[in-house]
Amino acid sequence: MSSLEIKDLHADVVTDEGSKEILKGVNLTIRSGETHAIMGPNGSGKSTLSYAIAGHPKYEVTSGEVLLDGENVLEMSVDERARAGLFLAMQYPVEVPGVSMSNFLRSAATAVRGEAPKIRHWVKEVKEEMGKLDISAEFAERSVNEGFSGGEKKRHEILQMALLKPKFAVLDETDSGLDVDALRVVSEAVNEYKANNEVGVMLITHYTRILKHIHPDFVHVFAGGRIVESGGKELADQLEESGYVGYIGKAEAAAV
Amino acid sequence: MTVTDDNVASTAAAAEATVPAASRGERFSSYDVEAFEVPSGREENWRFTPMKRLRGLHDGSAPATGEIEIDAEPAPEVRVETVGRDDERIGAAGRPSDRIAAQAYSSFEKATLVTVPTETKASAPTVVRLHGPGEGKTAYGHVQVRAEAFAEAAIVLDHVGSGTYADNVEFVLGDGAQLTVVSVQDWADDAVHVSEQHLRLGRDAKLKHIVVTLGGDLVRVSPTATFAEPGGDVEMLGLHFADAGQHQEHRLFVDHAVPHCKSNVLYKGALQGDGAHSVWIGDVLIRAAAEATETFELNRNLVLTEGARADSVPNLEIETGEITGAGHASATGRFDDEQLFYLQSRGIAEEQARRLVVRGFFHEILMKIDIPEVRERLEAAIEAELQAVGV
Repeated sequence: MSSLEIKDLHADVVTDEGSKEILKGVNLTIRSGETHAIMGPNGSGKSTLSYAIAGHPKYEVTSGEVLLDGENVLEMSVDERARAGLFLAMQYPVEVPGVSMSNFLRSAATAVRGEAPKIRHWVKEVKEEMGKLDISAEFAERSVNEGFSGGEKKRHEILQMALLKPKFAVLDETDSGLDVDALRVVSEAVNEYKANNEVGVMLITHYTRILKHIHPDFVHVFAGGRIVESGGKELADQLEESGYVGYIGKAEAAAV
Repeated sequence: MTVTDDNVASTAAAAEATVPAASRGERFSSYDVEAFEVPSGREENWRFTPMKRLRGLHDGSAPATGEIEIDAEPAPEVRVETVGRDDERIGAAGRPSDRIAAQAYSSFEKATLVTVPTETKASAPTVVRLHGPGEGKTAYGHVQVRAEAFAEAAIVLDHVGSGTYADNVEFVLGDGAQLTVVSVQDWADDAVHVSEQHLRLGRDAKLKHIVVTLGGDLVRVSPTATFAEPGGDVEMLGLHFADAGQHQEHRLFVDHAVPHCKSNVLYKGALQGDGAHSVWIGDVLIRAAAEATETFELNRNLVLTEGARADSVPNLEIETGEITGAGHASATGRFDDEQLFYLQSRGIAEEQARRLVVRGFFHEILMKIDIPEVRERLEAAIEAELQAVGV
């Protein structure tokens, strides 16, 4: 049983014009096997939370802690965090020209597992996971995310999760840019990973529609840089009905 | 105050001297070294070059004190010969267009001629290795590669060793010839090499000209492509990697003077370390007669550390509207933080992530080098460059 504890986390975004506080005291504990939906309106700081956990250089944690099984994640480099068992499925996956997907996946798996996977097993494993996500074989030889559609990028994020087998996965708006079929395929892959692994999931989303496929144990409303309300599945239903108006003072729908 | 006045005066003089020729097509050329003025370093053609490091190649003060040693491994179908300056085939591809090229043309004693005979397809790459004259010595040379009508071959000119060297290299392609050439400048740290390369394409000839510059203190390669007849197609590729203190300069000129020819230029360079300097000049001229020309040129530089500098000047002159397409692009950037973050967020350590990004950067060019031995060697050389500074 693992735990990811976020304690009074404050973080700034660092730009050329200076720093601006985005996270204003986030508290959340996720245990293996649990799925927490973080729902919030645009600009509430949801993505900042995911980047701060992963260690993006643009965000600076000013106070607070993120503990993975008691170890302070914030003292680790970005790659150390991944090797410790954290995974971030990004909202906007980055293109890396000239680096093939297969080379990238194998390099990542080698780093996270601590040894190069045996080639024959590896090929089979990748093929299987790609099959589950309806990713055609030709993508293996394409450059990382280069020229991929939004949906193709999201599928590949989940593919990476399935291969790197994290203890905690943060899925940042994985549903955005997905059509109905793609949402179903991606959700099924996440559910299968959840069913077969002791994983804690933080599911960041603006809309409730992905929660019909991936069932959360907890729902948190995120606004103004912190969690303002927590509850069970019923909280999502309430957001579906009335949107974020009660939290931000203006209407913003959570249903599609 | 006097000092300030002097500065103002010399700045004004420099400004006057750097007014370039109105068109690249008007650039003077001659076989005679004395027909060129001694360059001061302020001329458009020389303004990026550290003149003091040329060791007198440009001002007549560097007589030949050594020789280039050549060993060739020709394909069985390819002929390699050593000829004197009076061989009438020499000079077929073009005249020297700067003083050092003219100096080299006036000073060489023996030339190396590589011939791929008519309608012959070479069964293997031909490698010509040119060893520098040695530290502290100066040599002048001349190489001509001839692909006769409908010949097909791949030729590697591999420059290694020490010393100071200036030369002209000619690539003469007959009608329908298809030639891939790779000029590798893998010199020792002390070497200075100034090379003008003349590319001349016959009707429907196809030339892939690849320049790879890795070593040397100062390397300046100036390839000029001209088309004798319509239908020519030249692809000019470059890959360079400059370390601390190295000056690598590539000055390209594609002269489209006949219709229905194609040119495609892609140069990529990486730089690391204090004082590493790369210069890329890409001049393309489409003359009035060159209708249906198709041309594109691209230069990309990746600056890996502080203290390195890349200059990139693409220049496209078009004298007719009746062309198929023309374009150019140039960009110089540092490591992309987002790319590094993405790779690291998958557990890949920073050092390895940087290597992946650099390898990825060069991948596009390496894939176009269809001589496996050369490609593998370059991959290893890039790897060694990266390891040297722990990028």
